[in-house]
Amino acid sequence: MAQPLTIFQVAGRAMSAQLVRMNTTASNLANAGGVASSEAEAYRTIKPVFQTEYDKATGLATVNVKQVVQAGEAPTKRYDPTNPMADKDGNVWENAVDETRELVDMMETARSYQNDVQVMNTAKSLVLDTLKLGQN
Amino acid sequence: MANDSLFGVHAAALEVRSQRMGLLASNIANASTPGYKAKDIDFQEALGAAENAGGFDAEALQGATKFRVPLEMSMDGNTVDLSTEQTAFAENAIAYQTTLSFLNGRIGQITRALKGE
Repeated sequence: MAQPLTIFQVAGRAMSAQLVRMNTTASNLANAGGVASSEAEAYRTIKPVFQTEYDKATGLATVNVKQVVQAGEAPTKRYDPTNPMADKDGNVWENAVDETRELVDMMETARSYQNDVQVMNTAKSLVLDTLKLGQN
Repeated sequence: MANDSLFGVHAAALEVRSQRMGLLASNIANASTPGYKAKDIDFQEALGAAENAGGFDAEALQGATKFRVPLEMSMDGNTVDLSTEQTAFAENAIAYQTTLSFLNGRIGQITRALKGE
């Protein structure tokens, strides 16, 4: 970042980071309960990796999504020969998604996002008040 | 400092409040970043340093910036406690607004004096 960070960039980038997290949660939940014909094809939980970005000039710190990684446990094998997705031995692989954990994650993401919106609103009204200094 | 006699302590106070708002916003932004250590400005110390230096001083502000001691440690090494940060942020916003009204009052006072109303 060439330009120094502002409080709006801090909150705005935190919001986009939380949005990435919300997207991964949506993908994970959408794939919960699905099966595949092999372990490699089965869906694995994806998670974003957050990283703090410090700005030396202003002392502010915002957050970036460094990467999105596959996390969590491996897909589980289930014997289900009648399933059209079953392999030649009659096994299917269940997508590795922990729905409870995803829902908890979703709530936390929503709360963090709301906090960032609140920060931005407060900062906005204070900046506007400062601009009107001496006019009333 | 020229503006010292005009606005007194409030000019420096506004700057410190503004810096603190940025720092608290950074803490809230990093509420779910593993390993992030929350920081805060000791307002009294920062303002005292600004008064001694005769104006706002970025270096003195660095000295008054300290890591927050967490109430409890989280497993990922993050020391942001959201409720603490939210409370501090709200308190800081109100204090900022208070300083603004002090400044507004002073400006109004000077303006009236200049107009001779």
